[in-house]
Amino acid sequence: MKHTIPQEEYMERGHMACLGCGGAHAMRYLLKGLGEKTIIALPACCWAVIPGVYPYSCMDIPLQYVAFEVTGAAISGIEAALKAKGKKDGTTVVGWAGDGGTADIGIQALSGAVERGHDVKYVCYDNEAYMNTGIQRSSATPRGAWTTTTPVGSTKAWKQTPKKNIVEIMVAHEIPYTCTASVAYPEDIIRKAVKMKEIEGPCYMQILAPCPTGWKYPPEKTIEIARLATETCIFPIYEVTDGKYKINKRIRDDKKKNIIDYFRTQGRFRKLDETTIQQIQSSVDAEWELLKKKEKCFGEEI
Amino acid sequence: MSDEHEIKITCYDDLQPAPVTMGKSLVFKTGSWRTMKPKIDLEKCKKCGFCWKFCPDMSIYEVDEYPVIDYDYCKGCGICANECPFDAITMLEEDLE
Ligand SMILES: Cc1ncc(C[n+]2csc(CCOP(=O)(O)OP(=O)(O)O)c2C)c(N)n1
Ligand code: SF4
Ligand code: SF4
Ligand code: SF4
Ligand SMILES: [Mg+2]
Repeated sequence: MKHTIPQEEYMERGHMACLGCGGAHAMRYLLKGLGEKTIIALPACCWAVIPGVYPYSCMDIPLQYVAFEVTGAAISGIEAALKAKGKKDGTTVVGWAGDGGTADIGIQALSGAVERGHDVKYVCYDNEAYMNTGIQRSSATPRGAWTTTTPVGSTKAWKQTPKKNIVEIMVAHEIPYTCTASVAYPEDIIRKAVKMKEIEGPCYMQILAPCPTGWKYPPEKTIEIARLATETCIFPIYEVTDGKYKINKRIRDDKKKNIIDYFRTQGRFRKLDETTIQQIQSSVDAEWELLKKKEKCFGEEI
Repeated sequence: MSDEHEIKITCYDDLQPAPVTMGKSLVFKTGSWRTMKPKIDLEKCKKCGFCWKFCPDMSIYEVDEYPVIDYDYCKGCGICANECPFDAITMLEEDLE
């Protein structure tokens, strides 16, 4: 059998994620890149449940559970303590949180941690809502999505505001490395994890991790839907190294798919009307063009 | 309080937490969740490794270069069948005795 990703696993079978959970893929691939000398701090989120009930765990590396708001502060503390003890060498300190724990509740601690310049890697697995508590909208929920707090009915209709662009917020902190990734491209996640490990300083990664339970699609579609998100350019895969933009999954204009192809796969977008779909398509196109311009203006070869 | 009920808290000078024995999640046989069961047709399999790569439950391993499913843990999500480029995996209804 061909292996295009490392064979070592740092996560065991028997974990508690729903079948087809993209969050499980995300952690599996990240750890393959980071390796065993990794410490993870994680707050309330689906991943607080996935490892299993104490004293059992699916993780082969140390895991520190922390309060919802403080992932950034916790990893700062772990990094500082390791340094003070002279044990930092070769150990990667990682904060792992959901989109709610990142874009809403943990954003202050995250901003503080990276601004202070700690050698920490913050990874957000993005399933675009508060899944663990029953699919409430977060600021990272995209426009047009149904959630239990953006219900679709006669007086109310889906989330009205756009997805908060946390990636650009992190770029604005002028940290050494910021990137997006997707469970559809494991090799890319692993390459980026290795890169983050080698950089000394704060890094941010956001992995698109589709959730069959909250997005309302059959579990076998997780990878297919993640791939479509990139092929329609609603979730572009790119990295920003020292301010230089690079698109890692280039989508040629004639290969770019319509956003409707992505929406059709998921129940959460089922009731969207034609006008809104067109508006979303225009904003996706505009964002994609802007990203290509950023790559051109602030790219590798100027 | 009698000695038997005393809780002993171990503290080390370098502030390590008290040692706890952790067990592996392997005790949870998540295969019992399954309603659909993947089946690999080795005649059709081209050993590309996609099913292994995309299994979210690490439930595909390798024997003599071919993929084999670990039914103790496979939850039956169907991703392997969906991602196999050669349609070598079929999802069958689980025999729920
Ligand atoms: C301070 C605080 N507020 C609320 C909660 C309840 N809570 C636990 S998990 C969760 C949702 C987390 O959403 P996200 O960070 O997106 O991760 P996901 O569950 O989607 O993976 C919430 C609201 C909590 N544990 N602590
Ligand atoms: S609710 Fe979604 S994110 Fe949470 S474990 Fe289930 S599939 Fe994964
Ligand atoms: S994805 Fe299909 S062809 Fe590839 S190794 Fe698995 S069963 Fe064989
Ligand atoms: S059905 Fe899902 S859990 Fe089972 S082997 Fe296939 S990908 Fe893995
Ligand atoms: Mg979430």
